[in-house]
Amino acid sequence: MTIIVQKVTQMMCGIIFLYGIYIIVHGHLTPGGGFAGGTIIAGSFILLVIAFGSEFLTLKKEETGSSLLESGAILVFLAIAAAGLLIGGVGIFFVNFLPKGTVGSLISAGIIPLFNIAIGIEVAAALLTIFLALLIYKEEST
Amino acid sequence: MGILLIVILVLMIGGALFSLEARDLLSAVIAYGIVGFGLVILFLLLQAPDLALVQIVVEAITLIIMIAVIMDSTREEVKTKSKRTAAYVIVSIVFAGLFLYFFNRVTGTLSAFGERAMRMSLAYINPGAEITGSANLVTGVIFDFRGYDTLGEATILFTAVIGVLTVLRLKGRK
Repeated sequence: MTIIVQKVTQMMCGIIFLYGIYIIVHGHLTPGGGFAGGTIIAGSFILLVIAFGSEFLTLKKEETGSSLLESGAILVFLAIAAAGLLIGGVGIFFVNFLPKGTVGSLISAGIIPLFNIAIGIEVAAALLTIFLALLIYKEEST
Repeated sequence: MGILLIVILVLMIGGALFSLEARDLLSAVIAYGIVGFGLVILFLLLQAPDLALVQIVVEAITLIIMIAVIMDSTREEVKTKSKRTAAYVIVSIVFAGLFLYFFNRVTGTLSAFGERAMRMSLAYINPGAEITGSANLVTGVIFDFRGYDTLGEATILFTAVIGVLTVLRLKGRK
């Protein structure tokens, strides 16, 4: 890509990434949540790869990392859900065992923000892994 | 509001039909983008900002990937001569008639387009913030009332990634 695209990408990429994190963390207060924020974070990485070409990142290593992160995030999601069996006192899968706090403050709603963060990491890593797998396939087949 | 919805819906149908018929594949993909971004505006007008946020990002990413595919291969549509026999035409007319008939029968029982069906959802909406502690009701529903659904969705995404990695791997790991 030309230098204009690369410069604009350099300036915008971090802001898009931060916006994704904001959407994930405020998922229980404002519109958005893990799915929307995860796609935004994956979009910032995809923008970087498209603007700087595929040799900018060492693709293979990157793909291994993102697929590890994806598997880890879904394990964390399952672990939080299963922790309700032990901690809640009632012994129900997916029970909200943390204190709920006041509605509308940032730290509230018990385990829902934790679920949001786990789902956000999972979605971002999954989309990035699919994109990198397509790129690696193209590099290997030519 | 109602007229705006109809205008956007007609625009989306026009874009979909054009993308079916276009000779140039790049213009077909861009016309298909009309459908996605029109859907974003529809979601915003129907007061579903959560869905609009997901839809606008996913639409942009899929559009980029499809344009990259077209730039890599060919822009011309490969012509396949399809015969238009009388049997095909009769079958499609019969199916279109069936769809219209059942659609007409079903729409009588549903609430109007853009209205909420209030019979069931009041039980979730009114005490939702107190039960879940979440100010955003959508997040409260998908992580508390419908936690199993979200687990299933995450598992579907995980399975999709495994499938893509399995199909697209040319050289095995050492």
